[in-house]
Amino acid sequence: MRAVRNLIGALALGAVASLGAVLPSPARAAGEAIAIPDANFGFAGFFGTFDRGAAQRGLQVYKEVCSACHGMYHLSYRNLLEIGLSEDQVRALAGTFTVMDGPNDTGEMFERPARLSDRFRRPFANELAARAANNGAYPPDLSVMAKARPNGANYLHALLTGYVDPPAGFTVADGMYYNAYYPGHQIAMPPILNPDQVTYADGTAATVDQMARDVATFLAWAAEPETEQRRAMGVKMILFLIVLGGLTYAVKRKVWADVKH
Amino acid sequence: MAIGLHDSTIKNPVLRWVDQRLPVFTMMQKEYGTFPTPRNFNYFWNFGALAMVTLMIMIATGIFLAMNYTPHTSYAFDSVERIMRDVNYGWLIRYVHMNGASMFFIVVFIHIWRGLYYGSYKAPRELLWILGVVIFLLMMATAFMGYVLPWGQMSFWGATVITNLFSAFPLVGEHIVTWLWGGFSVDNPTLNRFFSLHYLMPFVIAGVVFLHVAALHITGSNNPLGIDPKGPQDTLPFHPYYTAKDSVGLIVYFIVFAFLVFFMPNYLGHPDNYIPANPLVTPAHIVPEWYFLPFYAILRAVPDKLGGVLLMFGSIAVLFILPWLDTSPVRSMRFRPVAKWALFLWLIAFFVLMWAGGKPAEEPYVTISRIATAYYFAYFLVILPLLGRLERPLSLPESIAMPVLRGGGPVMAGAAAKPMEKA
Repeated sequence: MRAVRNLIGALALGAVASLGAVLPSPARAAGEAIAIPDANFGFAGFFGTFDRGAAQRGLQVYKEVCSACHGMYHLSYRNLLEIGLSEDQVRALAGTFTVMDGPNDTGEMFERPARLSDRFRRPFANELAARAANNGAYPPDLSVMAKARPNGANYLHALLTGYVDPPAGFTVADGMYYNAYYPGHQIAMPPILNPDQVTYADGTAATVDQMARDVATFLAWAAEPETEQRRAMGVKMILFLIVLGGLTYAVKRKVWADVKH
Repeated sequence: MAIGLHDSTIKNPVLRWVDQRLPVFTMMQKEYGTFPTPRNFNYFWNFGALAMVTLMIMIATGIFLAMNYTPHTSYAFDSVERIMRDVNYGWLIRYVHMNGASMFFIVVFIHIWRGLYYGSYKAPRELLWILGVVIFLLMMATAFMGYVLPWGQMSFWGATVITNLFSAFPLVGEHIVTWLWGGFSVDNPTLNRFFSLHYLMPFVIAGVVFLHVAALHITGSNNPLGIDPKGPQDTLPFHPYYTAKDSVGLIVYFIVFAFLVFFMPNYLGHPDNYIPANPLVTPAHIVPEWYFLPFYAILRAVPDKLGGVLLMFGSIAVLFILPWLDTSPVRSMRFRPVAKWALFLWLIAFFVLMWAGGKPAEEPYVTISRIATAYYFAYFLVILPLLGRLERPLSLPESIAMPVLRGGGPVMAGAAAKPMEKA
């Protein structure tokens, strides 16, 4: 079957071409080669979904710990409905934050409780204020952090659990902390997660590893909230294309049946 | 042709009324219906159609992205994230556009390789080939400017590095760079003009594609045997034979495309581009998109900046004169026992350059890049001109419909020839 062999050839060629294309992918080239341990997240893999409980616990860690310094500007409070919180819960949570609004009819700015439509409140007015409060370091926004680092979620989990004693002979600069997974190993963020730092409502023991996993799950969802919808659509799309491809190939065979070759 | 209504053969009265006054239906019938096409295409001949479809996908998704994008240094990054989160199916449109660029280059690389292997650049198709190289250059410019628009770290630093290349030219270099930037650094004017040009260029590409196809329909297609059709027994009407065959390739292509978009949309990108552009922080390694890596490796293989820039541009420019560098009258590599392996080696050199381009500019990658660069150019400038004289090609089949040779036994003993014995 020449046609089949040609088709397989074309397929193999496509596969080789794309493989060849991705092998030197810059993502693998940049950065230092620090091996990041795989945290075996349930949302990794092609059909994974986010553990809603973990994402909600991660939100709690973010809110009670991280948000003191790190913003998540690209998220609105309404987005939290997607990780399984009810509208009342989200409304109540937003209501605990005060945002600036205005100007009103008399031209004055005024403060009001946050609504579902408001963006997550920023911890600092601007970058200079953030640096002034953090010993010169600028805590980056976390909205897309999980896709702004190679191996994002695993890296975040490793980083948060990676505060260890520096190896002998390693000098840690003043105001910096040693981290096994941070590029260059010196990070301005202190080891902020301590056992029982937060009290989980669902009774999960708040170990450092558990909190790191939960907040990494939350950040992975926040960076790509469309993930589950995207994968579900992808399955349907590819199944559809396979069926359509079979039909198209049958039509092609039929059309070419009278051609000797 | 006499003045007056076109003598239309279209049956439908409404279409005929139009066709008599503007014979677009007659033209479509001639160019895409009955157009005589060699009967022996393999699936490599899908890739022109695939490239055409990809261009249309890129233009369609790009128009919708532009409706929601803000070309300003303060808002560009945020507006892209807004597309991803708050625009209905914005993530789908953006991921199709983003991965569509990669798919476009995969398709065009294979399309060009097809031309190299089967000698599609040779007479009488020289101008057709040259127009194709023009399209490739325009694509590279468009993709480069598109990558700048999200205004991430790699956008900013990629733009800085690539535009700075022009400063290598003596006397006018610095002025060219300032002129490209619209200022004294990559900043808002740069982003604005790149957005404008990124929107314009695809339509320029579409125009050159039209010329490319028009030229193709004058000379007719090449084919895997590289010999000219000698009569109707060697050709088939384009429709339904090749519309059906192209459709099969198109669906397979869409499956690969969909897999990238839906399951690994950021795999071919760089994570640093999700960090907002910061002129004060240089990334550890500035790397271009994967499809520029071979040319980036050639640039870095030369210790001299101007020399590197010239060699990088030369790696594309050499394709323009390829029809005259290859002195062999035989088109298809199937009948060129030595040139065939020289070309496979060239392909390996191309992939080696792609790999080395993603590595830091240090040993052993620099030496490897130099060897691969040397072979990349040697193939075009030394091997092909010489082989045309030194190589003894296998004897060519008499015609496409009767490809089996008299007395050429071992020549065609291969997967390529065997099925045709039935003809």
